[in-house]
Amino acid sequence: MTELDPLEKKVVELIAQKKHIPEESITLDSTFLELGIDSLDGMDLLFNFEESFKLTIPDEVAQQMKSVRQVTDALRASLASAPQAPTT
Amino acid sequence: MRRVVITGLGGVSALGIGVPALWEGLAAGRSGVRRVTVCDTAMLTNPIAAEVPSFDQAAYLSSDQLLLFDRYSAFAMAAAGEAWAEAGLELTDEERERAGVLIGTGMGGVTRQDDAYRDLYDRKSPRSHPFTIPRIMYNAAASHISMKYRLGGATLCISTACASASHAIGEAAELIRSDRADVMIAGGADAPVAPGVVKAWEAMRVLAPCGDDPAAACRPFSADRQGLVLGEGAGVVILEEWERAVRRGAVIHAELAGYGATADASHITAPGVDAPARAIRQALVQAGLAPEQVEYVNAHGTATRLNDATETTILKRVFGDHARNLAISSTKSMHGHMMGASGAIELLAAVMAIERGIVPPTINYRQPDPECDLDYVPNQAREMKVDVAISNSFAFGGLNAVLAIRRA
Repeated sequence: MTELDPLEKKVVELIAQKKHIPEESITLDSTFLELGIDSLDGMDLLFNFEESFKLTIPDEVAQQMKSVRQVTDALRASLASAPQAPTT
Repeated sequence: MRRVVITGLGGVSALGIGVPALWEGLAAGRSGVRRVTVCDTAMLTNPIAAEVPSFDQAAYLSSDQLLLFDRYSAFAMAAAGEAWAEAGLELTDEERERAGVLIGTGMGGVTRQDDAYRDLYDRKSPRSHPFTIPRIMYNAAASHISMKYRLGGATLCISTACASASHAIGEAAELIRSDRADVMIAGGADAPVAPGVVKAWEAMRVLAPCGDDPAAACRPFSADRQGLVLGEGAGVVILEEWERAVRRGAVIHAELAGYGATADASHITAPGVDAPARAIRQALVQAGLAPEQVEYVNAHGTATRLNDATETTILKRVFGDHARNLAISSTKSMHGHMMGASGAIELLAAVMAIERGIVPPTINYRQPDPECDLDYVPNQAREMKVDVAISNSFAFGGLNAVLAIRRA
């Protein structure tokens, strides 16, 4: 398994905190379904991503996020269009 | 005719967490009013309230639930948990479909709403928390309780300001009487001690000034009364169809024998006389009680000039000469005006009178008022056998609810 970059690490950490599961159990290919993330968890996670990365995820992008990789891709795209350092 | 009994009690108030603490405080005539600690008081002219002391939501909720609750709904969960455990109900899946929840609230999740608006308007946060809606919605308490105990019957929220809990309990009893339910968890909850809410009450000029001694601020029926003191908490009862309760050998605290509900249909804040009087009569008629059988009245007794004088007139109108024999008290003098929770906590006080033979006092009673010339059980609890009691709730908006209970 490849080493996670800081953005991926932060996403995994936030998901692990939300679901009370070990970070090691989460991979970039894990789906929300596999991780037991329901619609309510998803809303809370989106809020936490937005707060942590100081960005706004548009609704149409949020609706596409069904796996960890889709989250990290979307966050990277948002950060590239409005570059800001992620906060820890 | 199906009859309704009370088989479980739960309460969270400024007098403590749990019904034993409530009853102990009421019997001792202890004030729960103190300086506000649960919110920022910088803007408040009147920083006193009957706050629930050391309420730890985490003791009642999981870490995931904590994110979804307001202080009001957490109070309701705690009170429902106590009442449910005390009732000792074990329901089959089929029985759960005929069991529901009816929790009133005047203001719903207003502490979270206050925080959310402060984040947006003051802290300029770009977004609200995504759980803001489920936190503040008025039916949150009823829904969470139905989820916890997996009750699938009629589950509702009633919001009628200061009468919310009494209407909720009365309507829940009606659901049982009309054979639409066999068991109901019913009561009310509110947590109005948030800066935006207290400021709004201050603007109505009905709050008692804090003075040097917060415990003495709320003085119902006393000539020197100076207004109401906000309180917070929740009261919950388990209502059950009589025969069912007897069959399972439940401890029956009292019969919820009558309920009256009327509207003044006249003024948004000033209390009427005719409609509250009709509500009391309705409750007595449904209970099959003559006015002379009533021994204790837990008054609405807000300690505003107008309410207490008007309520005295109402009681004289309904009870005639018997009004002078009534033991009447406003327990708001101790637990404050708990808004949508008041009616439930006050029903618990009336149950105490029947079950323990102790009528709670009206504390801070100092000077007789010619307009309030009945027996308000001043300052000291009274040992007295009580078989029949009523609890009055007369809300802003002219909406009145009266509950009548009787020794079962």
